[in-house]
Amino acid sequence: MSKRDTPDTDEGNVRKSKITRRSLLAGAAGAAGAAILKNSTATADEPPTPSPQQASPDPTKAYGRPATPVGARSTFERPERSVSNSPGGVSRTPLQDLNGMITPSDLHFERHHAGVPRIDPADYSLLIHGMVERPMKFSLDDLKRFPSRTQICFIECAGNGGAAYTTTPNPQRSPQQVDGLVSTSEWTGVPLATLFREVGLSDDASWFLAEGMDASVMTRSIPTDKAWDDALIAYGQNGEAIRPEQGYPARLLLPGWEGNANVKWIRRIDVSDRPFMTRWETSKYSDPLADGTARIFSFTMDAKSLITSPCYPSVLRAPGWWQISGVAWSGRGKIDRVDVSTDGGQRWEPAELEDPVLPKCQTRFRYLWNWSGDEAVLMSRAVDETGYVQPTVEQVQQARGVFSRYHYNSIRAWTVKPDGAVLFGAGA
Amino acid sequence: MVRLRRTFSKYALPAAAVVMLGCASGQGESPRHDAPDSFGFGQLATDDDIRALDIDIMPDGTGLPPGSGSVEHGQRIYAAKCASCHGPTGVEGPYDVLVGRIPNDEFPFANDRSFRSTIGNYWPYATTLYDYIYRTMPFEAPGSLATDEIYSLVAALLFMNDLVPADAVMDAETLPQVVMPSRDRFVADNRRGGPEIR
Ligand code: HEC
Repeated sequence: MSKRDTPDTDEGNVRKSKITRRSLLAGAAGAAGAAILKNSTATADEPPTPSPQQASPDPTKAYGRPATPVGARSTFERPERSVSNSPGGVSRTPLQDLNGMITPSDLHFERHHAGVPRIDPADYSLLIHGMVERPMKFSLDDLKRFPSRTQICFIECAGNGGAAYTTTPNPQRSPQQVDGLVSTSEWTGVPLATLFREVGLSDDASWFLAEGMDASVMTRSIPTDKAWDDALIAYGQNGEAIRPEQGYPARLLLPGWEGNANVKWIRRIDVSDRPFMTRWETSKYSDPLADGTARIFSFTMDAKSLITSPCYPSVLRAPGWWQISGVAWSGRGKIDRVDVSTDGGQRWEPAELEDPVLPKCQTRFRYLWNWSGDEAVLMSRAVDETGYVQPTVEQVQQARGVFSRYHYNSIRAWTVKPDGAVLFGAGA
Repeated sequence: MVRLRRTFSKYALPAAAVVMLGCASGQGESPRHDAPDSFGFGQLATDDDIRALDIDIMPDGTGLPPGSGSVEHGQRIYAAKCASCHGPTGVEGPYDVLVGRIPNDEFPFANDRSFRSTIGNYWPYATTLYDYIYRTMPFEAPGSLATDEIYSLVAALLFMNDLVPADAVMDAETLPQVVMPSRDRFVADNRRGGPEIR
């Protein structure tokens, strides 16, 4: 290819580059060139969509698909959220298909209480009123003009993992099915503290109500301390605008706190000197305890970890070296250590943590294991920087009661059978 | 109504609930030491702006609108608009069970799964019913009910839970006075991190 023919990628020269490519291809001899040319008779905006069947036997002998305005994942890869038929809307992240710590935005779990609203950003504003000096409205442009902050952190539904707590779950369960209501994104937004300074909070203010503009008009009471600490009004997710399912155009982000309190599609903040006692913090998202009380405002998600490989439905093909890998996170700060056991919790050894280890964020761990071929029970146990050690289910049940609700962070296990099958649970 | 200041009420959580959340790490601070306290972005909200959105109702009744409703009227609306999803008497489902009391108003939920939590055996405040139904019920037509219809439905659901008599009338005065059996069951989160499992 001569220098003159080099396809021009500058946006202003799109037309020219098309011509360049066509002339290049027209001049090319051989079947491969002709095939490409045929494909590109579709408009340049709609690239031919390759499918696995169309994969070229030798990709070095065929000109590839042209560049596209928006990419898509390989058609050989089909990670999907699993959608439950809950009335409000639930889908779970395919944890077993992911590497690293970031959840692709289109695979971030969903938990809605009345579906996903469609909101035109031009009509959007956030109202802050109540115990403030100046009640104010902020458009999306206003929010974006304030100094921003970006933080990578997890969001986990308070009810994530319930099936592993109160019941003996079906061993044919993947991490997605057991614990798929947790995801990690890079979030960008304006610190709520900045907005609170802007409106001038009253000295007596100690709580605020966060309200969504979905059809459930979701409301949660949040202590103002969280705003002074690290709360964001987030409009960015993984480098682009927040996805509709995650609160487009703006949501409350409370790093480390239960998902429901991170009110999506936030339209209003009412500042007060006491909590509002909404349905979602009393009837739901409160944790009954064995002594006949219920914990209310149990916001923080305690440390938890989960092996995502190997796991059901994968099968270990042969004995020998296998990498055990998974994710650990804590709403109270950084993960300090993850221990792995391959004998059902008798012996524990520290796993390696992948950098970066960030506070209130999923941390990837890995542990190299030489499988003998005998039945083995794999477990992971997270320890966070406060010294909290991920408990066994018995410890949690002893502390809270056998049927307590929410915050199901006990140790998970996978049983590897001699034939290589991996099943959920110890003694599966 | 602009609520600039709210008085402290008996419904406030124990101070411990607030204290436990302290310890600001200051990540919310401005990026520059000379950044202004106020950037001047955004617009002052008018009373109308606030009134259009300010629908929350507090346990002491703050925010409850004028109007009223009876048990009898509420039962008729319930049969027409709610029973299909919550059952003719509030216990049949298919969705959330709304009606049910437990002998001696015990609170066995963490130990015994045979009891479903309901308005009568779990909800700490009756005012929350008004707030919630107004926001989002009926599920397929949220925001479609008038003030008196909501007061009536609240009256009916409280009656169905044996919490008010059949001739009860609910309004901004009477609703906050209904004491729910489980009001004092709720405690502050005592988890703190560290080695202890709570
Ligand atoms: C189409 C089905 C449907 C109809 C009709 C319906 N609801 Fe609901 N209701 C639901 C669902 C689903 C939930 C749970 C929503 C959630 O958790 O996000 C719910 C929850 C509730 C709750 C909260 C229960 C709890 O314990 O937290 C109340 C109260 C309620 N509905 C009252 C009503 C009233 C009053 C009506 C009639 C005006 C009504 N509902 C009509 C489906 C329905």
